Amino acid sequence: MKSSLWPFLIVLALIALFPVAVTSEYYRHIFIISLMWVVIGSSWNLLAGYTGQVSFGHAIFFGTGAYTAGLCMTKLGISAWWGMLLGGPISLLVGLVIGWICFRLRGPYFALATIAIGEIFRLVTTDWRSLTEGMEGILIIQTFRSKLPYYYLAFGLAILCTFGIYRVMKSKWGYYFVAIREDQDVAEHIGISAFRYKSLSLMISSFFTGTAGAFYMNYMAFIDPHVVFSLHDISIMAILVAIIGGVGTMWGPAVGAFIMVWLQETFRSAFFGLMPRWVSEAHVLVFGLLVIFVIRYLANGIIGDWPKIKRLWSKDRELSYSSSGN
Amino acid sequence: MSFFETKHLTKSFGGLIAVNDLSFQVEKGEIYGLIGPNGSGKTTVFNLITGFYPITSGDVLFRGDRLNGIPTWKICKMGVGRTFQVVKPLRRMTVLDNVVTSAFNHTGDHHVAEKKAIEVLEFCELIKKRDFPAKGLTIGDRKRLEIARALATGPELLLLDETMAGLTPQEQAEGVELIRKIRDSGITIIIVEHIMQVIMKICDRILCINYGQEIASGYPAEVANNEAVIEAYLGKE
Repeated sequence: MKSSLWPFLIVLALIALFPVAVTSEYYRHIFIISLMWVVIGSSWNLLAGYTGQVSFGHAIFFGTGAYTAGLCMTKLGISAWWGMLLGGPISLLVGLVIGWICFRLRGPYFALATIAIGEIFRLVTTDWRSLTEGMEGILIIQTFRSKLPYYYLAFGLAILCTFGIYRVMKSKWGYYFVAIREDQDVAEHIGISAFRYKSLSLMISSFFTGTAGAFYMNYMAFIDPHVVFSLHDISIMAILVAIIGGVGTMWGPAVGAFIMVWLQETFRSAFFGLMPRWVSEAHVLVFGLLVIFVIRYLANGIIGDWPKIKRLWSKDRELSYSSSGN
Repeated sequence: MSFFETKHLTKSFGGLIAVNDLSFQVEKGEIYGLIGPNGSGKTTVFNLITGFYPITSGDVLFRGDRLNGIPTWKICKMGVGRTFQVVKPLRRMTVLDNVVTSAFNHTGDHHVAEKKAIEVLEFCELIKKRDFPAKGLTIGDRKRLEIARALATGPELLLLDETMAGLTPQEQAEGVELIRKIRDSGITIIIVEHIMQVIMKICDRILCINYGQEIASGYPAEVANNEAVIEAYLGKE
């Protein structure tokens, strides 16, 4: 499965050069958000795709990171950029506590617990006005007018996160994560503390997701609980990014992030104004259909089922149909 | 002090007593057979030894250390390996990666773990299948993989749970060879098995249980001719 490094470096170079070539602030913005979702999707994938612990609550970590940055400004009177350093560790601590509570549960029960805790975070931050300003949200002043610093920051964060996870997955921890996903009982019998390694996976995942949240605060300059603790727009989106790209694949979430952000934006803007306004309301429906399609025909996502997709484009279509029914 | 022993080991699931006051000793270097009819509690004994089920009462002692209440993964680190009766390969990993994962038990270094895993695969004669996905193996190879995975954790005591069930006579003969080889490498073995030819051939001593209780123990020939054992397996005349 060793592939040449070149196509990969070319993609990296293209992303690095993109904002130099494209001066449109709008497209730069789309890329910045996509790169942020690379981080969140890859983090979710580490916990759910590789370790088998499906989370419906990654908004908890995203929101915690975002609010850490916001509160640095409003409560501590220091720059929200401190959140880029503090958001990750504080989300990690939140992850540690959540893991301590929830990793006694397995499979769907764990997933349900994460939904519940995610909603608790959203409701508490909405009502705890003295701390969070509630639904008025937190507004800061953007440091940079240009999008370029944000672009390269998001790019750097995406590289750090994906390569960090890549390194982890090549190590003992990576083997242990996958073993737990495949069979937790076997894992225990070959010397793996499932609880400890699930917690480690969650800590790495929540660290990067929290850092992405802190970046979001600094970049967007406005947050409120319904934006950053959103079940649909953050927690479910994280899952969609990974499913579309490929759960349990190294680069799937990165590809999924660009596709999902682009799709979301296309619908939000009603096909860039070409379609009637009501189309923008339909994006949830389209996401649903997309997930059904991917699960039915590309269960391993675009990256996971790439050989299958390639075969569809090649001449021997019939061959691919006959062999795809496994 | 025995290398391994249980003292008055008891396990009840609600009203059902699955293992009842079971005491036995295993000496270092032995192959110790645990036999009994279906549902007699053999696998439960294994699950109690590895801490997978909590012990109701009694003790499990390994090299003088009490294993009661110690989590499964720590018992593995202390040197107890086991295979599963219903094979449980880590399906979406290759054969090699299955064994590498186990070999990380006493090291954090990937190269060391991989070297150990390859050694174990050669020892178990699975090396040719190293890059196969585990889910694609035949039952015979899956049983070998179970053994390889347990061996790679570096056990001093190995619990083998029906590693011969479902194998052809040829595969069984190879399996017997493998188990002898494991013993000769210095590992003590407790084996649960239904196939009497296998048990009689390789065990130094045998314990026969029924309804979780000892009904006979001793050398293979003694146990095979014991009336209680014959009755448990075949019924009364």
